[in-house]
Amino acid sequence: MSRIVRSGQYELNVEELKVGGEGDRMTLSVGPHHPSTHGVLRMILEIEGERIVKATPEIGFLHTGIEKHAEHLTWTQAITVLDRMDYLAPLSNNLGYVLAVEKLLGIEPPPRAKTVRILLTELQRIASHCIWLGTTALDIGSQSVLMYAFNIREQILDLFEEATGARMNPSYFRVGGLANDLPNGFEDMVRRFLDEFPERLREIRTILDKNPIWLDRLRGVGVLKPDQALALGVTGPNLRASGVPYDVRKAYPYAGYDEYEFDVPVGESGDCYDRYLVRVHEMMESHRICRQALERLEPGPVMVDDRKIALPPKEELRHSMEALIHHFKLVSYGFDVPAGEAYQAIESPRGEIGFYVVSNGKNKPWRVRVRGPAFFNVFAMPVMMEGALLADMVAVIASVDPVFGEVDR
Amino acid sequence: MTATVRFPQPYTGGAAAQEAMRQTLLPALLERFPEGVEELPTPFDIAQLKVMPDKLRDVCVFLKEHGFNVLMDVAGVDYLPRTPRFEVVYHLVALPSLWRLRLRVPVDESHPEVPTVSDLWPSANPAEREVWDLFGIRFAGHPNLTRILLPDDWVGHPLRKDYPLRGEREKAMGPAAERNWYHAPKRPGDAPGSTGLPRSVSEGGD
Repeated sequence: MSRIVRSGQYELNVEELKVGGEGDRMTLSVGPHHPSTHGVLRMILEIEGERIVKATPEIGFLHTGIEKHAEHLTWTQAITVLDRMDYLAPLSNNLGYVLAVEKLLGIEPPPRAKTVRILLTELQRIASHCIWLGTTALDIGSQSVLMYAFNIREQILDLFEEATGARMNPSYFRVGGLANDLPNGFEDMVRRFLDEFPERLREIRTILDKNPIWLDRLRGVGVLKPDQALALGVTGPNLRASGVPYDVRKAYPYAGYDEYEFDVPVGESGDCYDRYLVRVHEMMESHRICRQALERLEPGPVMVDDRKIALPPKEELRHSMEALIHHFKLVSYGFDVPAGEAYQAIESPRGEIGFYVVSNGKNKPWRVRVRGPAFFNVFAMPVMMEGALLADMVAVIASVDPVFGEVDR
Repeated sequence: MTATVRFPQPYTGGAAAQEAMRQTLLPALLERFPEGVEELPTPFDIAQLKVMPDKLRDVCVFLKEHGFNVLMDVAGVDYLPRTPRFEVVYHLVALPSLWRLRLRVPVDESHPEVPTVSDLWPSANPAEREVWDLFGIRFAGHPNLTRILLPDDWVGHPLRKDYPLRGEREKAMGPAAERNWYHAPKRPGDAPGSTGLPRSVSEGGD
């Protein structure tokens, strides 16, 4: 006779939870509203005592139909919904999409726009890794790191607000360049931040690097071997922590990254601690790229000189009928993009984010497929968790850095 | 404490690798599969192949043996008025040689099914579930072909072009006030079907 336990609306069959001879195996559902799942992830764990035997991630709680929405907006309007995907790195989303459309159009933005794009996306990488560092430390048990890390991110968001007018979802990049030029004094603000940043990061590392709790909770936990990582489609810092030196910025240089000097940090053992070290070193490499970008920043236009794609300057509208027509046409209808398919991969803070854009020659994208790196990283978690302790689940989820806006899209 | 981070030479030279692959691997592939596989010309960097669904498994096994160890993405595209209506698009990468290849598999609306490749590349497992969920294209032999982003009891496949942006209720006929989400019954105690609007408005029809 199986004993049925009633709990609210649910009926649990106690017999089914037991596995003969193997000790007690039970199913534990964690999430979707668990604070350590970094969003809305549900993990269905099969555990024997404290050991995880099998983990199954369940996603979709943040599905907002962004790809469907993008099909109903013009090429420029789609930027605004696509940067709400990965809400910790919206400018990376902007960049990937904009580059894919520029590929279809066959245009290239002016040099100043390219430099600003690289400067801002690398600042974005620092900000995103700061969130990762703060929340991971919070999960492991160090609350002060969260405050220090958010302080750094706050300074970067202030820079974004200054440049783009928005903190979280700037939608700043346009097909063919930027929405507007940087404000006066922006370079000095960035320089001040960059001068201060290494010291701030060093402060955080003094809290963590010799902290026995931090080391015990991360070292040797959640190991992902390189061949497993490749088979599961893991990219970004998680793949590099496993020892594969694959970085889209180096492998398929885009947006002018081939002119910049930086190194790619690579881990050895593929555990949570390596993922921490790789990200911390990546922040310093981004810092290097930002410095170089500041040196290259020359005055000039920030938008292509093509009135079929770029809005005419405001002062021209007052005396040129043609400019007015172009303005009206661009705002109401947008612009046509030649039919075809293009795939553009870029290195977002979470890995290779790929935009497969299909155009049928009209003013709206026929299909925008987003290859979200976090989507594939989430499905590598079961491999990392197998045989680990229940408490290690928290460390694994945190170290993978999932962002559910992008997983569920 | 020893730091385990190294700075080795990263993989570089993606553009040259594409060219090398077009010269060496593609002719060999087209020779091995004279039927059911054809190269689609593209002005962009990634070479693309049109592969018929019945040849997909063999082509993928061939490609995996020749170094394509990462399946980056499985995507669906709905080209509605066209026949065959759907296309399943695979993006493959070979590391460390940095080759990239795109396979485009046309799928007919009457029999939307392609063989799974999740046993060759485990990353296909969630990606194929997503294509099933949003396009309704089945993957024969997939171990767990269930909905992944939408609830299990969802009706329809939203990324199909004939699926309305706001869902099926957009198709339903009725006065504008009833179709409008903002005017749906809000307060507890509102009669089902009432609009939550003043009577003069709600009975005025369109």
